[in-house]
Amino acid sequence: MKTDITLTINGDAVREAVEPRTSLADLLRDNLQLTGTHLGCEMGACGACLVMLDGAPVHACLVLAVQASGHKVETIEGLNERGLIKDLQEKFHDRNALQCGFCTNGMLMSAQALLLDNPTPSRPEIREALSGNYCRCTGYEAIVDAISATAKMRSGQAGEAS
Amino acid sequence: MKSPAFEYIRAESVAGAMSAYAAAGDDVVYLAGGHSVVPSLALRLQAPALMIDLSEIAALSGISFQDGWLRIGAMTRHVQAINDPLIAAQAPLFAAAAPFVAHPAIRNRGTLGGSLAHADPASEFPAAAVAMRVELEIASPKGTRRVPADEFFLDIYETAIEPGEILLAIHVPSPVAGQVIGFDEIVRRQGDYAMVGAAVQAVAKDGVLEDISIALFSVGNRPTRAVAAQAALMGRVIDDASIADAKAALGDDLDPPDDLQFPATMRLHLARVLLGRILANLEAVA
Ligand SMILES: Cc1cc2nc3c(=O)[nH]c(=O)nc-3n(C[C@H](O)[C@H](O)[C@H](O)COP(=O)(O)OP(=O)(O)OC[C@H]3O[C@@H](n4cnc5c(N)ncnc54)[C@H](O)[C@@H]3O)c2cc1C
Ligand code: FES
Ligand code: FES
Repeated sequence: MKTDITLTINGDAVREAVEPRTSLADLLRDNLQLTGTHLGCEMGACGACLVMLDGAPVHACLVLAVQASGHKVETIEGLNERGLIKDLQEKFHDRNALQCGFCTNGMLMSAQALLLDNPTPSRPEIREALSGNYCRCTGYEAIVDAISATAKMRSGQAGEAS
Repeated sequence: MKSPAFEYIRAESVAGAMSAYAAAGDDVVYLAGGHSVVPSLALRLQAPALMIDLSEIAALSGISFQDGWLRIGAMTRHVQAINDPLIAAQAPLFAAAAPFVAHPAIRNRGTLGGSLAHADPASEFPAAAVAMRVELEIASPKGTRRVPADEFFLDIYETAIEPGEILLAIHVPSPVAGQVIGFDEIVRRQGDYAMVGAAVQAVAKDGVLEDISIALFSVGNRPTRAVAAQAALMGRVIDDASIADAKAALGDDLDPPDDLQFPATMRLHLARVLLGRILANLEAVA
């Protein structure tokens, strides 16, 4: 039986009827065509599906859409459209921090959450923040470089960014 | 994989959740953070007819003092164990254990109550709960009761919580003067479940141990209190000799199973290495 849910997605009020077993990721992708939230493992292991739920990154594959009812969700599309991660995206581009790009949206979610929480993370802290994000292509070094460079730029040390 | 179909109720109160459970019969699962339940549905390890969501019940959240104990609501998220100053000061082993639990995004959603109720023998918080000698407050339709951690964990995924009952809160006794703690694990990859882990709490007076509480995890079917190692340390100072005796005594405490990953002898060896490391690095708490 479908249940009516209402939630805020990227600032818009959304009303949908979903089956309880529908994950938040499936709601975003299938019902709302917000396909920037990727699905890899659907087990909480790969991090491709991260979204912000009430401001904190969570796995959209492990949250039921019905659980998100009444809450605020922000997807990669929302962050992108609001221009909040433009600098991160540019640094990912500059540093070759993506190849196939499958993991990138989840990486950007983790990176954005980290930088809001800790504007000047060390490389080990960046690695810890990304520990739940798998990348099959890059070897991570370039991703850490990109996040580190963004942190330096945001915290006003642009000249020293390396 | 996708979950099988089920019905869903978002409970508004503990009593409401328990009566919905009773009305539905046995085929019901409570949902907290969902980070153990949802993957298990996707893997088709279980297929309940009904899920009752506890996560919006106000009585299950909040961290406060009550009668000399810190009360931590069952729905407290893992991340709060890292950030909350009351937990850091009053339940230091939870704060020390939390960074070892999974990854940041999982810690935003997973709950302390869910971790304890799930009782995975490889989990960090259950061992921290045993070492801190917490008491678990459980609601049943007949009333509430408090169960000491030593009597709460019964077997793999099995606790003193009976079907339909709800874990309300974790009560942690306040640290006493001279208390020290240590928490660590040996792991293949950061964020994975531990090959072996341990939580240690002790009280030292003039350097001499008056009380010591040790719980290991990933060494058996539940968090395991190291009774013989504790006895080996009582009334002594922490030095090479007492640490060596405690490590030797672990042989009487643990009987780890041989498993697919590695043999029992190796697990016991790793437990000894880890305990020695933790004892040598015990940290004072306020
Ligand atoms: C990729 C991944 C890695 C992980 N790594 C680790 C790790 O390294 N260490 C670790 O310890 N855990 C790990 N976990 C598990 C995670 O911490 C879980 O969130 C946690 O164990 C369960 O908490 P939950 O709130 O999500 O509970 P849920 O999944 O909602 O519930 C778990 C069980 O407890 C019951 N339950 C929950 N709350 C109550 C309550 N208040 N009263 C009665 N019953 C209740 C539920 O019915 C269910 O049976 C990992 C999970 C994932 C997905
Ligand atoms: S799809 Fe959600 S973590 Fe992999
Ligand atoms: S760029 Fe391909 S998975 Fe990361």
